[in-house]
Amino acid sequence: MSLEAVLRDPRLWRCGRALPIEAETIPSGFAEIDALLPGGGWPRGALVEILTDMEGIGALRLVIPALAHLSQSEKWLTWIAPPHLPYGPALAAHGLALARLLLVWGIESPRERFWALEESLRAGACSAVLAWPRGLDGRGLRRLQLAAEAGRSLGLLFRSLAARREASSAALRLMLEPHGPLAAVSILKRRGGAGARPVYLDLRVPSR
Amino acid sequence: MRASLWLCLGLPALPIEALGLRDSPQACVLTTAGREPRVRIGNRTAYALGIAPGMRAGAAQALGDVEVYTRGGSAEQAALEALAAWCGQFTSVVSLAPPDGLLLEIGQSLTLFGGVATLVERVQAGVVDLGYQPLLAIAPTPLAAIFFVRAQQEVCITDPRQLHALLSRLPLAVLGVDVRIAEALAGLGLREVGECLHLPRDGLARRFGPALVRLLDRALGRQPDPRLPFEPPARFGRLLDLPHEAEDTQALQFAARRLLLELTGFLRARGAGARQLDWRLVHRHRRETQFKLTLLTPSRDPEHLGQLLRSRLERLVLPEPVRALRLIVDDLCPLAGVTLALLPGSKEQSQAQSLAFLERLRARLGEDAVRGLRLLPDHRPEAAWCFCSPGEASSSPGMRSRPLWLLDPPQALVVAEGRPRLRGSLELMERGERIEGGWWDGQPMRRDYFVARNPLGGRYWVFREVEGKRRWFVHGICD
Repeated sequence: MSLEAVLRDPRLWRCGRALPIEAETIPSGFAEIDALLPGGGWPRGALVEILTDMEGIGALRLVIPALAHLSQSEKWLTWIAPPHLPYGPALAAHGLALARLLLVWGIESPRERFWALEESLRAGACSAVLAWPRGLDGRGLRRLQLAAEAGRSLGLLFRSLAARREASSAALRLMLEPHGPLAAVSILKRRGGAGARPVYLDLRVPSR
Repeated sequence: MRASLWLCLGLPALPIEALGLRDSPQACVLTTAGREPRVRIGNRTAYALGIAPGMRAGAAQALGDVEVYTRGGSAEQAALEALAAWCGQFTSVVSLAPPDGLLLEIGQSLTLFGGVATLVERVQAGVVDLGYQPLLAIAPTPLAAIFFVRAQQEVCITDPRQLHALLSRLPLAVLGVDVRIAEALAGLGLREVGECLHLPRDGLARRFGPALVRLLDRALGRQPDPRLPFEPPARFGRLLDLPHEAEDTQALQFAARRLLLELTGFLRARGAGARQLDWRLVHRHRRETQFKLTLLTPSRDPEHLGQLLRSRLERLVLPEPVRALRLIVDDLCPLAGVTLALLPGSKEQSQAQSLAFLERLRARLGEDAVRGLRLLPDHRPEAAWCFCSPGEASSSPGMRSRPLWLLDPPQALVVAEGRPRLRGSLELMERGERIEGGWWDGQPMRRDYFVARNPLGGRYWVFREVEGKRRWFVHGICD
């Protein structure tokens, strides 16, 4: 092996040179959404809040393309106490590598759920962390945002619309509402900009 | 073959250190047994009060608030043996030198550890980390090394030719001969070992018996001095009494760290790692609190193991204060000797980070709470997947027409005016898909599945039984 080949090896860390940084954003898979997001995608190392009161309108579908993309890395996609069972055959069909999926399951205590969420965000071992927290306050959100920054993890928090009235340190806040067969996605907060008018997405699971 | 070289590890404060009392703010002394107990040794706080070894226990207690321990011989012996097992990482020849010393033959290990200075530094730092204040002396014979430690001289004599001269200057007290002989030697006006060595051998033997001559010959290497090698136990098991009862789990972590460091040395000596750590917290009245920490991959990294323990302890509620801590590791798994420092950003580093993260979750939440998902080749939706350990790959293909959430088990739906209801009347969106199967394992099913939408816009995966009561169920959410 030549010296140049050795020096090109990405595993080699050369003093004085910055480590290769992963992209700052992750494409959402929806051009309409990417156009509204700073950097053109979900922010890495930050919290994203997705607020909705309706199930079955596509809140999960909205993040699936990004999760599928992230599942190509070595890191975990961690789901903290999801409200239902994430269905493997459908996730796999959307290109998500199930071997990267990590499920924290059967934990009822809010304290333990919060611990798992913060730990997962901070560990640096998860590309994304999904959670459905209840009773989260501003202080908790700040801690989670710091943890996401430290672990360079995308924190996806699914919360009810009631949370809209509370202040949030999340980098991005979206609201999801049904709009006929489509879903209306409104940006309530984003970095370096105010909210934006809703975009309408077809989040129906594609039919056969 | 290299000449032998002996390191004597002296632990003058072992009795107090074995009980974890050295740095206690409470003045503590250990006394001799008997009718008129005297202070053998005290901790720093006790010495600061003016207490000194040899003082009557009663006199010591008059100087302040002093806790008196009668000598805890078993704790000392256990601590010494644990330390001997820990020393096995530096040499295969470790020998106990009771009551408070260890002998390590290091002549064979010098190349491996890069010379005597590096080796001594590592032993020293490790022993200090374990909570002891050692005295270290190195000499070509085991007895000489012991003598220098007794004289509190931390020397490193690698050249046998220097031994005679240096040994000569030690006070005779280092020989540790019995009182009668010591007094007789003093009576002759002898003060140093060298003066004794100048006397004619046969005269010395005649006057003081052959034991003294033999002792000097062994110290100088003129006679062999075989030492019984310490045989470490096959498994790690250690009970550590806490200096003070621990009321909360934080107080336990300090003691646990000592156990983990001892375990690390023990494992390193065997080129092994632990797979399961069996912890027992001993209470005064209640039964022991027990838990096991199972690792995904064998480890002997005290930081990692400590972090796992911390995660577990944080969740633990103590039924009663803890007075002792026990750690047992039964199964030793082979683990490669050298761990290279992992380069930041390397694949190995991220794998190690990922595994360590998983183990922290398992330690705190329980092993069953951390799962993966895998696909199974089965047509029945509820049988097309299973839980598995995180990271297991699936070989079956996914199914695009399935919902992202599954309700397990399916929930029966109320039917009104011929249509199933779920927060309003459901409208079937798509042509049905008939799914049947399971006749082979006695759980046959025939169902017609549809995607249905309620008036609020929510989409669900519902089915109707093809046979029997033809009931409606919701089986998933198309979210």
